[in-house]
Amino acid sequence: MGLQRIALAILLLLLAAVPVVAPAFWVTLANYIGLYSMVALGLVLLTGVAGQTSFGQAAFVGIGAYTSAYLTTRYALSPWITLVIGVAFTCAVALFLGFITLRMRGHYLPLATIAWGISLYYVFGNLEALGGHTGMSGIPALSLGGIELKDERRYFYLIWLLTLAALWTTRNLLDSRPGRAVRALKGGLDMVEAFGVDAARLKIVVFVYAAVLACISGWLYAHLQRFVNPTPFGINQGIEYLFMAVVGGAGSVWGAVVGATLITLMKEWLQDLLPVLLGRQGNFELVVFGLLMVLILQFARDGVWPWIARFVPRAAVKPVPDAEPLPARPRAVGNGPLLEVKQARKQFGGLVAVDNLSFDIHAGEIVGLIGPNGAGKSTTFALISGALPLTSGEVRLRGESIGSRPPYEIARRGLGRTFQHVKLIGAMSVLDNVAIGAYLRGSSGVVRAALKLDRAEEARVRAEAARAVARVGLSGHMHDAAGSLALGQQRIVEIARALASDPALLLLDEPAAGLRYLEKQELARLLRALRDEGMTILLVEHDMDFVMGLTDRLVVMDFGEKLAEGKPADIQRNPAVREAYLGGVA
Amino acid sequence: MDLTIAALLAQDGITNGAIYALLALALVLVFTVTRVIFVPSGEFVAWGTLTLAGLQLGKASGIVGLLVGMAVLAGLMETWRCVRAGELARLPRALALWCAVPLAVAAVLWFAAPMGFPLLVQVLLTLAAVTALGPLLYRVAYQPLAEASVLVLLIVSVALHFTMLGFGLWFFGAEGSRTPAFTSASFTVAGINVSVQSLLVVGTSLALIGALALFFGRTLYGKALRATAVNRAGARLCGISPEFAGALTFALAALLCGFCGVLIGPITTVYYDSGFLISLKGFVGAIIGGLASYPIAAAGSLLVGLIESFSSFWASAFKEVIVFTLIIPVLLWRSLRTHHHEDEE
Repeated sequence: MGLQRIALAILLLLLAAVPVVAPAFWVTLANYIGLYSMVALGLVLLTGVAGQTSFGQAAFVGIGAYTSAYLTTRYALSPWITLVIGVAFTCAVALFLGFITLRMRGHYLPLATIAWGISLYYVFGNLEALGGHTGMSGIPALSLGGIELKDERRYFYLIWLLTLAALWTTRNLLDSRPGRAVRALKGGLDMVEAFGVDAARLKIVVFVYAAVLACISGWLYAHLQRFVNPTPFGINQGIEYLFMAVVGGAGSVWGAVVGATLITLMKEWLQDLLPVLLGRQGNFELVVFGLLMVLILQFARDGVWPWIARFVPRAAVKPVPDAEPLPARPRAVGNGPLLEVKQARKQFGGLVAVDNLSFDIHAGEIVGLIGPNGAGKSTTFALISGALPLTSGEVRLRGESIGSRPPYEIARRGLGRTFQHVKLIGAMSVLDNVAIGAYLRGSSGVVRAALKLDRAEEARVRAEAARAVARVGLSGHMHDAAGSLALGQQRIVEIARALASDPALLLLDEPAAGLRYLEKQELARLLRALRDEGMTILLVEHDMDFVMGLTDRLVVMDFGEKLAEGKPADIQRNPAVREAYLGGVA
Repeated sequence: MDLTIAALLAQDGITNGAIYALLALALVLVFTVTRVIFVPSGEFVAWGTLTLAGLQLGKASGIVGLLVGMAVLAGLMETWRCVRAGELARLPRALALWCAVPLAVAAVLWFAAPMGFPLLVQVLLTLAAVTALGPLLYRVAYQPLAEASVLVLLIVSVALHFTMLGFGLWFFGAEGSRTPAFTSASFTVAGINVSVQSLLVVGTSLALIGALALFFGRTLYGKALRATAVNRAGARLCGISPEFAGALTFALAALLCGFCGVLIGPITTVYYDSGFLISLKGFVGAIIGGLASYPIAAAGSLLVGLIESFSSFWASAFKEVIVFTLIIPVLLWRSLRTHHHEDEE
């Protein structure tokens, strides 16, 4: 048993002892801390990890509370049924809000949730059926296996059982196939899309997950208080939930609990203290919370948790056991070329960046795309990978048209790529970064991941990623943070990540930039070996020695058009190419 | 509903819409130049009204103390910056700008408050106080985080909204205030009663929008702000300091919000916490313009004003719900016609 587990066991024992030994006041506070933690946990995932945020979580808490309050008092339904109905209702609302805001890039979700939070508050307050501003009372207590949970001390166990379960599932989720993609959303959106992740869909899923946690918290609240009114579900409370997540540390699941505890205790203390200091009644703790928040964001953006985490023993890095390989893509392609670019054209306003470009790549070839600066190589790359839509023309991969499809659909058809500006998630380990490449080779979704039913597949994904890391010769850095590697090594990690996706076509954007001479030779050897195993490679590169020695064929571009195509030796002798590169002096 | 009521509601809607339009312009301006979603703009509006109402009673509210406090804080931050960078020669100018100016405004406000000056002078004093607060807020709260993500800046904005709400309660109390109308005159056109006050509001808004257009189109500072909005790094390379652009933007935005506060004061009773809802209506207008287009934002705000006024007639309890639900079809429309490749930040 590791030190971490002992620490956790002690914490759980202390928690279990609270209702037995603590005075009623503290039990009440602990109950609220549990309820708030659950909501803040959703925000940790949404804000701290996925980089989106919501000010309307209190409104989802309200949906959970009011649905149950209304249906149990009016139709005498069992609270366990109303929980299911509340969760379903929450999912519907969150899906809708997510759909209209999260498919757009930008900051529409927070703004929409502010409006949603305020609107719902007024709806609660003005609907007679929901008791208006006075609220609804007489909500039945929960009962579980014949035991009525009327007593706060008993209710404590239910609240904390569910809160800890939420912690557990969220932690599981973060350490899984969808979780890796979620962790990469902030700062790696284009990258995850290039490996088959539908980022908009994933963001919506995370938002729904956070909303469901809030809804469950609301349901628990309604049956704890057995009375609801609109106040705790207003926009101010929604903002306070966000404060909890940020103050506690939105990067870690424990940050939610720490934040909820700190804010709840501080509020209790400030509400007694400030009116005495200022000689006036009012919500003056808002001033302190607001200032605290600004200071935390200015000086300790990761919140309080990282400070505490230094005293918590770390789990040792586990070795990656070998596992059965993931199914590979069939290599046989048929007769036609693997990639066909036909009369591709890309226009930005009046500027034609790529014009009437056609070339083919056959299976098992290494083709280089070269040309002077501004020739349109990068644009061509973006057209093939789906980062930019075509103005006209066609791109076909394995006979299927992929032109203007989103990158995550192109990835599904067998394209793996690296980026000119390295796109690794610096805080994640090399292994986890490479495992993102294998995203499409797994199938575990959020539910399986949250319940830890994905372990067999996860072991295979990790083993596959480890093999890709070993293949490029970086086994020694497998568990290091990707951001700690030198730039040249990071480029190699990018190649490993693309290999993990088992691509039919590998697109390399300046792979040798920043490498030393020996590293370049090493890279060339690796690429040749891959080709000999049947891999097809298209690369853009400036280092002519590297290109001439490695490629089977070259496509030369100038001013957006194809200038020449042929074997490296012929290209070197081609007068048009020499003129484009050397300006006609030669 | 007969025509007279419809005309009355439309007049109300246009008047409020003109005020929301000013706010929406301030929000778009702040967002494009600094990437800050300016949530505390509502507090600037409310403080505009409440400061003027305080001056009417001969009181210089707590805003004086806040100006002094923030000026001192900004002065300390500038001193620290100059000392650390070894640029002591720049210190006097920085202190004059960040301390002397706001302290002077605070002093004038303090001494002028009990004098019972005419309304117009009090309006100018109010605008000066609120405007001075804008750049101070930027310097103290946002500038240290200028490179942070939009999300972090948004959270800071919300935190500042909270803080200013608390300060507002402390300074102005929980009671609402109304300021006297600039004029009670009215006239009748085609059987419809038109109040001069409404015309004044719409006229002031139009004049301000025109002045802004001139500022952005014709002046070097205006062009510098536009350049910063289009490309921060590029503007910086051309010698436009992002700190300066930020402070200037916040001064302009605070001035616009101050105007909103002064204009809305005679129309509705403003409480310390009224600003948030007012600014959100400006936000709805700004979102209709995608937080980027000034004319669409202004038109959207007018629409918000009209919808609010008509829904207060039909379903007054749900007027806020209706106004805020308006952003859902707007977002849906934007989302459906959005291209996949919008730039991130």
